[in-house]
Amino acid sequence: MQINEATVRKIAKLARIKVTDEEAKSLEGELSSILTWVEQLNEVDTDDVEPLTSVVETTMKKREDVVTDGGYAQRVTKNAPLSEDNFFVVPKVVE
Amino acid sequence: MPDLLDLNIAEAREGLDNGDFSAKEYAESHIKEIENANKELNAYILETPEKAIEMAEKSDERMAKGEAGLLEGIPLGIKDLFCTDGVRTTACSHILDGFEPPYESTVTENLWNAGAVMLGKLNLDEFAMGSSNETSHYGEVVNPWRRDGDEAKLVPGGSSGGSAAAVAAHLCAAATATDTGGSIRQPAAFTGTVGLKPTYGRVSRWGTVAFASSLDQAGPITRTVEDAAIMLQVMASHDEKDTTSVDIAVPDYRKELAGKVKGMTIGIPKEYRVDGMSEEIDALWEQGIEWYKDAGAKIVEVSLPHTKYALPAYYIVAPAEASSNLARYDGVKYGLRVEGEGINGMYENTRAEGFGAEVKRRILMGTYVLSAGYYDAYYLKAQKVRTRIKQDFDEAFKNVDVMLTPTTPSPAFAMGEKSGDPLEMYLNDIFTVTVNMAGLPGLSVPAGMSKSGLPLGLQLIGKPFDEGTLLKAGQVIEQAAGELPKPTKWWA
Repeated sequence: MQINEATVRKIAKLARIKVTDEEAKSLEGELSSILTWVEQLNEVDTDDVEPLTSVVETTMKKREDVVTDGGYAQRVTKNAPLSEDNFFVVPKVVE
Repeated sequence: MPDLLDLNIAEAREGLDNGDFSAKEYAESHIKEIENANKELNAYILETPEKAIEMAEKSDERMAKGEAGLLEGIPLGIKDLFCTDGVRTTACSHILDGFEPPYESTVTENLWNAGAVMLGKLNLDEFAMGSSNETSHYGEVVNPWRRDGDEAKLVPGGSSGGSAAAVAAHLCAAATATDTGGSIRQPAAFTGTVGLKPTYGRVSRWGTVAFASSLDQAGPITRTVEDAAIMLQVMASHDEKDTTSVDIAVPDYRKELAGKVKGMTIGIPKEYRVDGMSEEIDALWEQGIEWYKDAGAKIVEVSLPHTKYALPAYYIVAPAEASSNLARYDGVKYGLRVEGEGINGMYENTRAEGFGAEVKRRILMGTYVLSAGYYDAYYLKAQKVRTRIKQDFDEAFKNVDVMLTPTTPSPAFAMGEKSGDPLEMYLNDIFTVTVNMAGLPGLSVPAGMSKSGLPLGLQLIGKPFDEGTLLKAGQVIEQAAGELPKPTKWWA
């Protein structure tokens, strides 16, 4: 599968990573060769196979829907590059 | 008194219990050695000597009261993927600059509760993505091993390159590591150490920086098989905080080591005889087979027909899960933030500057295979292939107890040798990645030396939650291989 530079830019936009022209060019080649290499999976007959969702057969554990932790906003925001009064601060998103 | 640095965990525990030396002396000898060696090896990216001394003194107090834990006073290196309360944790990524977790990972919590002492945080490939420890934001780790008569710097393997190098160079008694596609076993093989990747679900993933959640599993790197048993004993637990952690009692692994290998059946998967496999790897494998025959085990050939599809399927599943897991690094909650136009500009600049080339490549690959219109063709297909891989193992394990394969297709390579071509680098994991895809336990044990004088490892693959048998079988290689050479201490 060959992908072009426009596709690289599109997925970079989706992934929220800014790429330079030079990076986009080299990624075009690298991603194309990886995508071509994984095409060999089409040789495998998977018609009657369920996708693997868990490597160990277990039933999903459940617990009561109650608060078990929290109440320390200061600790939660302590590592933020920018915070104010225990809130994360981000650039303005509403006009 | 023996050189404290050369003691394995079992020996050190005995020495500590006998009062031959204190936990503080034991920790201090490591702290001094790290000071000397780390400039050259770069195994530690953060040293915590004060914490080590404080923890060791507490160990000495507990031992005086007769309250020694299983790892009381044992100095460990911690891969910088495990969150440590108040101690910087970065996954060796620029994007986690200065992050000090306000909590402790379950694995490290278990270790400290058993009395272990933390020496510092160990280098790794950025977000554990790599097979050579060349993608770390904190620089490459240098393998303590060199080729005979050659001073070229070799890679220690990856992603747990710092863990493997530190254990091989005796900069800790043992180290924690993680394995998503071979990241414990491949560096163990490259450094002449023992690496154990437990069954998925045996060890809690809580508090460990996530790479690919359906594949990631923590385990130890040690100098002996017995030490691996001791470390797993403590690291393994059922954890309410990780829904994929399995509620099965942790057996006494050391007790299981005493069992007999005679009468066991060892499977040799024929698909692992890949084209172009080097003669010395093939010879090592044959040697391993002979050792098991001598130990009274039965050898049978088994078939795992979908082996060759494991690596390409991995390079869909792992990047897809990584692209999702790494979405959290957005310049808002922790680490690096690079301002830009509006919130999207800030996200894009932060992630462009914060992630290295390999991490970006995998996030983009993952974003692509999960994007609208491609999900079925790539991710769903890969997860179905994964079922096929698991069925192969289920079938083969009806007739065998463990499987024996080489760990890697080659010994350690030189820095820069494979970093130009991502696909060539990925092929390093060809023998290890199937194990992650099927969720099985795998163990790499040092088995011999290459012609160039470098360590080589053999891999054992076990049934789910049968680490006891795996470790017991691993001792056969360890005992038959005998005393293997140690790296020349060129760094001190």
